[in-house]
Amino acid sequence: MYVSDTAAGGSRPRPRLSWRVPGNVLALGAVSLVTDVSSEMVTAVLPLYLTLSLGLSMLQFGALDGLYTGVTALVRLAGGQLADRWRRRKLVAGAGYGLSALCKLGLLAAGGSVPALGAVIAADRTGKGLRTAPRDALITLSAPPGALGHAFGVHRAMDTFGALLGPLAAYAVLTATGGAYDAVFVTSFCAAALGVLLLVLYVREPRETAGPRLPASLRAAAGLLRQASFRRLCVAAAALGLVTVSDAFVYLLLQQRAGLDPAVFPLLPVGSSAAYLLLAVPAGRLADRAGRAPVFLAGHAALAAACVLLLGPGWIVPVLLLHGAFYAATDGVLMAVAGPLLPAHLRTSGLALLQTGQAVARTLSSVLFGALWTVWGGDLALTAMTAGLAACALAVLPVLRPIRDNTRENTRENSREEGP
Amino acid sequence: MRRAGRAAVLAAAVVLLGGAATGYAAWSARRDPAGTDGTAATASPVAPGQLMFRAADGRVARVPLDRPSAPPTADGPRCDRFSTGGGVSVCLVARPGPVTTTDALILDRSLRQTRRVELAGVPNRARVSASGRMVSWTVFVTGDSYNQGGFSTWTGILDTRTGYAVTNMEDIPLTLGGRRYHAADVNYWGVTFAPDDNRFYATVATKGKTYLVEGDYGAWRARTLRENAECPSLSPDGTRLVFKKRVSDDPDRPWRLHVLDLATMRETPLAERDSVDDQAAWLDGRTVMYAKGRDVWSVPADGGGAPSLLVRGASSPVAVR
Repeated sequence: MYVSDTAAGGSRPRPRLSWRVPGNVLALGAVSLVTDVSSEMVTAVLPLYLTLSLGLSMLQFGALDGLYTGVTALVRLAGGQLADRWRRRKLVAGAGYGLSALCKLGLLAAGGSVPALGAVIAADRTGKGLRTAPRDALITLSAPPGALGHAFGVHRAMDTFGALLGPLAAYAVLTATGGAYDAVFVTSFCAAALGVLLLVLYVREPRETAGPRLPASLRAAAGLLRQASFRRLCVAAAALGLVTVSDAFVYLLLQQRAGLDPAVFPLLPVGSSAAYLLLAVPAGRLADRAGRAPVFLAGHAALAAACVLLLGPGWIVPVLLLHGAFYAATDGVLMAVAGPLLPAHLRTSGLALLQTGQAVARTLSSVLFGALWTVWGGDLALTAMTAGLAACALAVLPVLRPIRDNTRENTRENSREEGP
Repeated sequence: MRRAGRAAVLAAAVVLLGGAATGYAAWSARRDPAGTDGTAATASPVAPGQLMFRAADGRVARVPLDRPSAPPTADGPRCDRFSTGGGVSVCLVARPGPVTTTDALILDRSLRQTRRVELAGVPNRARVSASGRMVSWTVFVTGDSYNQGGFSTWTGILDTRTGYAVTNMEDIPLTLGGRRYHAADVNYWGVTFAPDDNRFYATVATKGKTYLVEGDYGAWRARTLRENAECPSLSPDGTRLVFKKRVSDDPDRPWRLHVLDLATMRETPLAERDSVDDQAAWLDGRTVMYAKGRDVWSVPADGGGAPSLLVRGASSPVAVR
């Protein structure tokens, strides 16, 4: 919860829906922006570097890739637990950012060794897993509960802007150096190091409220699921995750349906990101005003609509807009729903639990969709997923509805909990 | 730290990190100056008796087939993958950009460009049939993030006689183990054409397994012949395929070259024990050649003998017959 708000008893009138964003959120946004420039620079050139400079088959690489998915989930949960236990969210997030920064130099050091490259990429991913939950917890602790949607919208927009700049930066470096991949990695490292420094200098660990320190333990974190609202949210997010069509399939189907020129294919994710960038703040503000759970569900409706278009005419721009809207209305908004439901001393663990559940569900969804495709073919598989998504969104509507009304009360409940 | 102090530290860091990045980039730009891709000013004609390959600097070079240790003539265009047959050559060139694209350049006997096909992704394999009519290539297309893994191969076939190009052959009706097969994750790579310019062989991957497929270009259908065979390359007499077989889970040495006799479907491991990730080529009817490390090696195709170094600092070898 918002600390000073709790201290004042939670009843202080606030200017509703101001455009102001807390400095800490802007600082975290700047960290994410710079870090995403760094990581997307590498993303843009890594396949080319691996296959052309090193002569390494991507398939060989892909086989390595799958091994580390489970590790990330565990690291995320452990990171959340440690951040809560030590009350050092900034430290754990910083460790994640720092690890990923070092990995950029690791790419240089790994040279042509496949296991070394696999290890570096796994470490990079571990860093990402480690930092996400503490960063989102810091955002929820830095903004007033009533404006969390806006705060997350601003953060995600900055993050996405960085992701869009990254490939351009990589291109600039490659052009300026005549194709020196190591220069891209060095530049990427410098950007990542700047991100870590921004975090150290400008992100504050929110002050704890007065009163006895409540211990954070694994048992307490698991106990979060006994709280009805949070349990409902986790179940809803995981259930929706199971019927969420993954990005790769959306782009693949769009390319097939629209008969796109293959050279345009890599631009499709750019289109989704651009829509996400434009819609993140409006969606966050709408969530603050109209309720976050409804906006979260509307985001899934947008994805369902995109799927319907994929089944039908396959219009490129509307599909990408809806796909971007799906991210804008779900990613940060889910964290904004969850934040106020979780006591401050267990917030990182709770967010990590929610994110992990969603990530695991989405991985299963890809497997499920692939299986459906094999049995029924692409069209029928997509129809089934879309129907499942719509049914699931309708089914969780009554589950999520009470959460919206409880948001304010839960905040009070938690504040009472903190000072018995 | 106070506001002014933090700003000073940040400014110093921006100068330092920006300077480091700029300095390194400037140094690397001087280290390897850019060349021109896919263009040759004046190249001597492609003629039988030559062993052509991609030299270490990316230019297409050649040596006499009977004297591979002779000093190479490197007057060809700059390519990332190269192949030639029947007077037609294909040169795959990556075009780095905010998103990487690849051009498949079709070249005439003097290595002058006659056609350019724009593709997505990163160059991987290139082949031209013996007659020069059928050209095929494979590119890697990645998703939006390497952190999410996931990539696919897009394999294209160009009929130079009709000018018709298939940029992604994934829609070819596939029969797997005798049954018509549908899946989202079907990927093809490494095509090799038979002398009739209609029958071809390739790799298909789905559900984590790879299969050797035999395809019929005219009828536009394909069927699997066996499991675990990648990057096939047909012998000049059309009776045998050299391919890489996955023999180990060790990521450092996953493949071993094998030769498959198409009449008996019997496979023979070759004497090259190192892992080779290449679509091998036939030096002659009895010997195959392939890129290993930074050099091209050759090994007898009957499983006997021992690998020997053929051309130093080379890849994409092709014998002009």
